[in-house]
Amino acid sequence: MSTGISWFVIIGTLGSILGFFLLLFMNRKISRPGQTTGHSYDGIEEYDNPLPAWWYWAFILSMVFGLGYLAYYPGLGNFAGLSGWTQVKDLEEDRAAAAEKYGPIFAQYREVPIDELAKNPDVVKIGRRLFTTNCSVCHGATGQGSFGFPNLTDSEWMWGGSNEAIEETITNGRNGVMTPFGSILGEKGVSEAASYVMSLSGREVDPEEAAKGKVHFQTYCFVCHGMDAKGQAMFGAPNLTNEIWLYGNSRLRIEYTIKNGRNNQMPSFKDKLSADKIHILAAYVKSLGANK
Amino acid sequence: MPDHPEYNYKVVRQFAVMTVVWGIVGMLVGVIIAAQLTWPQLNPPLEWFHFGRLRPLHTNAVIFAFGGCALFSTSLFIVQRTCQVRLISDFLASFVFWGWQLVIVLAAITLPLGYTTSKEYAELEWPIDILITVVWVAYAILYLGTIMKRKTRHIYVANWFFAAFIVSIAILHIFNSLEIPVTLTKSYSIYAGAVDAMVQWWYGHNAVGFFLTAGFLGMMYYFVPKQAGRPVYSYRLSVVHFWALIAVYVWAGPHHLHFTALPDWAQSLGMVMSLILLAPSWGGMINGIMTLSGAWDKLRTDPILKFLIVSLSFYGMSTFEGPMMSIKSVNSLSHYTDWTIGHVHSGALGWVAMISIGSMYHLIPIMFGRKPGSMYSERLIDIHFWLSTIGTVLYIASMWVNGLMQGLMWRAVNNDGTLTYSFAEAVEASFPGYVVRFIGGSIFFAGMLVMAYNVWMTTKMGPEAVEEVA
Repeated sequence: MSTGISWFVIIGTLGSILGFFLLLFMNRKISRPGQTTGHSYDGIEEYDNPLPAWWYWAFILSMVFGLGYLAYYPGLGNFAGLSGWTQVKDLEEDRAAAAEKYGPIFAQYREVPIDELAKNPDVVKIGRRLFTTNCSVCHGATGQGSFGFPNLTDSEWMWGGSNEAIEETITNGRNGVMTPFGSILGEKGVSEAASYVMSLSGREVDPEEAAKGKVHFQTYCFVCHGMDAKGQAMFGAPNLTNEIWLYGNSRLRIEYTIKNGRNNQMPSFKDKLSADKIHILAAYVKSLGANK
Repeated sequence: MPDHPEYNYKVVRQFAVMTVVWGIVGMLVGVIIAAQLTWPQLNPPLEWFHFGRLRPLHTNAVIFAFGGCALFSTSLFIVQRTCQVRLISDFLASFVFWGWQLVIVLAAITLPLGYTTSKEYAELEWPIDILITVVWVAYAILYLGTIMKRKTRHIYVANWFFAAFIVSIAILHIFNSLEIPVTLTKSYSIYAGAVDAMVQWWYGHNAVGFFLTAGFLGMMYYFVPKQAGRPVYSYRLSVVHFWALIAVYVWAGPHHLHFTALPDWAQSLGMVMSLILLAPSWGGMINGIMTLSGAWDKLRTDPILKFLIVSLSFYGMSTFEGPMMSIKSVNSLSHYTDWTIGHVHSGALGWVAMISIGSMYHLIPIMFGRKPGSMYSERLIDIHFWLSTIGTVLYIASMWVNGLMQGLMWRAVNNDGTLTYSFAEAVEASFPGYVVRFIGGSIFFAGMLVMAYNVWMTTKMGPEAVEEVA
């Protein structure tokens, strides 16, 4: 802040506190205990009793404490306080202390391969705690997922299930984009494409419609979902031939997805969790999909 | 109802009746949202009745409709009685009454529809903000103009507090509501980022300081000595605590923004001034309670006095709790927990509502040509007193327990440094407290229904012979 504003804050603060001291001193002695002031308002009179002594001293004490606090901590404009305390420094110190205290617990697993960690009950326990705090809000307490949030316990890995892919997903996040095709295919085309998509997982649809839909698929959709419609982890494009649906399997939902597209964001955790913690978290996620 | 020969009682009576009406409405919404927080399935599939839309309706209704009507009613009564002069304009009085009712109705329509500035306690959109400003300026002219025309030499202490409340709220409302309209129903604040947050809490905390404290202290300074029939304890104390209170309150806002993007120096100042605020706040409590010295026996027999004195006790308790919660290390535990909600309601139910209810029981009979406090049933006042007290205690105790528990659960760590509890586990653990809060709120609300019946029966009893002391 500028020097002018700083002095404004300093003078305003100290001036106010000085004003309260004066207000108290000036009214300390004047009183006639037990007598009224002589005024009457709608029958209400006022005693001219003195300020209660304990109240007077409590007021003084709170201001003395306040002045001491403002000398020690930042408060008076640009004056940083004798302690040099700032909330950012405080946070950094806390973090450093935590890293020193807890860091070794996570670091001991740094070089251990994820597959091995996923079978270590101690690591899985730590991983579950990290998961509960950081991941469960979207993926659910048991990793079962919900609408728009992938289930981590089923047989499908949208972005690949290798150890490296899972760590990459947690570290840098993922952005899955399904392009909207409403304006390209039109109302009828969307319906046909949906019929074909539904036929891929063996559901009964109008075969004529599905045949037309197949043409659309082979023109547009295969680019990401692949000719066999089994998806491509490179794009996070889901497999369309199984029973797993991120955005619902009703015709209405599928048509909505084709028409309007989807934009799905898995956030990056590299600024929030250390690489050692992500390593353990990846092992825990791996353990969730142990039956894959 | 015939008007008083000298004073304008009509506007006082109108606001007094609406105090009871809006009290019931506002607290009913409070009970509903307490139930919604306890049993989320009570949030209906209609967005208009979701917690998020009803919560600002509840806060606006109890603060500005219930509390506002109580303040208008008592201030316009007291200024006439203690200045011994009629309000300067009957037109302005009617304008203030109908204008304020219009504001309330517009709030009740627009908030459930989702029109909001998203500024807490200042959610109403810009056209309503302008209407509030116009009504408030009319009120200021009416009130201050009447003081200027007074027949007494000095200005009674209650009027200092009301005047400070009126002037400060005008400034707070205008500067916090500065916004750029985009459409009729949408505007954006002219402040951004940490400045916006600071202005918001400068306003928010002084809504507490000047609307909910200074205004109601004005009420206290008339009805406590009147009902007790005793002189005010200390004129000297009222002078000192008045100036200290209004000077310190405006500094305290930053304590709502501890450990945020607000600069360290502002946080420190907010905390220091909040601690200094303890003594000025307690000055009012001491002056009110000590006014009763020499007449303590009246507390046994007079339920109106019970309301007034217990409200001062809750006032003292919450103005002690507030400075404690503003201390940074305490705040790091209490902030964002239910403790804050408990603190607010210890002030809102215990202090604001109970002082208003006590004052209304004194005032309403006068408005219907009866002796002060001569309600239809004194027993029902006593029942109302106990319902209010028990309801308040259940409410604040359950929120203390929840708040401490949430704060401790959020910061608990395992021996590997990971958090012991997920957020949802703290929510789950809060369920019993939410049930108790709902019960406490319902009991308090039931008391308001008792009051409505008592007021209704009083209006039907008709006037009694009253010897008028002008």
